[in-house]
Amino acid sequence: MKYSDYYAALGVERGASAEEIKKAYRRLAQKYHPDVSKEPEAEARFKEIAEAYQTLKDPEKRAAYDALGQRPQGEEFRPPPDWARQHGGGGEGFSFDDLDFGDLFSRFNTRGAGFQRGAEASAPGQDFEVPAGISIEDAFNGTTLELQLSMPEYDASGQLRRVPHQVKARIPPGAIDGQRLRLPGKGGKGFNGGRAGDLYLDISLKPHARYRAAGHDLFVDLSLEPWQAALGATVEVRTPGGTVNLKVPAGTSSGQKLRLAGRGLPRPRGTAGDLFAVAQIVVPAKLSERERELYEELRQLHTEGA
Amino acid sequence: MTESEALWLDEHRVVSLSELVEISGLSRDELIELVQGGAIPAREAQGASYTFSARVVTVARTACRLRDELGLDVSGMGVALRLLDRVHELEDEITRLRALLPRG
Repeated sequence: MKYSDYYAALGVERGASAEEIKKAYRRLAQKYHPDVSKEPEAEARFKEIAEAYQTLKDPEKRAAYDALGQRPQGEEFRPPPDWARQHGGGGEGFSFDDLDFGDLFSRFNTRGAGFQRGAEASAPGQDFEVPAGISIEDAFNGTTLELQLSMPEYDASGQLRRVPHQVKARIPPGAIDGQRLRLPGKGGKGFNGGRAGDLYLDISLKPHARYRAAGHDLFVDLSLEPWQAALGATVEVRTPGGTVNLKVPAGTSSGQKLRLAGRGLPRPRGTAGDLFAVAQIVVPAKLSERERELYEELRQLHTEGA
Repeated sequence: MTESEALWLDEHRVVSLSELVEISGLSRDELIELVQGGAIPAREAQGASYTFSARVVTVARTACRLRDELGLDVSGMGVALRLLDRVHELEDEITRLRALLPRG
């Protein structure tokens, strides 16, 4: 495992008082809390800060942490063999395999059982929140995500281990950006008969070459020749559900939205969103001789008419 | 590996006050205060209790994180939730306006 310098994470001296540690945490948490922060890397930074604070705020955990000595951040190391026993009584043959540094303290039982599960009250398993980016096609058709997670868990002998978890989650059609989904019981295992935690998926839609999504509605650019816009036309528009014919009314201007009702993303219940084709009149960069004549004619017509 | 159907956290699913307490980690009293303060919308009051759209599960979990990780009290949570809601509304509005712009 890799050593984490918790004092450096909070920006305090190793001899800092409990009050100083709390103040440093509060100040950094305000800045990096992922629910409110727009700082880059806020989530990762907050995790470090929170992990450091969870350990340093508790006198017993802090003592156990200090006993590991000071090392460079990220240095590969293993706790000394008798460390678990000295700090809370981890039993014979305690193994640090398959554990992250943070796991050493996150389930540290301060009432005597150390790193081993005590015969204590049951507790629910940990909830996990996982970001999941999906394509607009997957949002339209529904999809199955295979998630590879790693969760701290107690094995049959009561030892804490990090166990890989695979979860196959069926996402029904109609997910939108910012949609949350819940998989009850798919989070961490409960302790001593407590209920399993839940898994939350935080859906985001990946940028798409053609579609722009806003809620259940989709927007596409619709390139029109000047004469199509002026005279009207029937054009083909690709939608996630297939190609449809769109009747462009005569006298369409750039920026006008032409609505294809129900051609956006489906709603789990209720009517689907709409697809809007946003007209863009594209003027040819080069005109043929004949085209130039016709445009000249148009100009004359307008100059005379004015 | 069995496949699990993910549940929508949307307005079509209803959760009770006690379910929300269990899922969010907030206490019953905190939730009631946040509902009465208008930061968490309830669907309807059923006698002394409430039911909610499952959409608020995310909101209540956010409140719980703000309490545990930033030390906010109920009025702090209430203010933060209202501001976050406003930010999300504005972000949605920007997304919609941007979607109208040609890709160019």
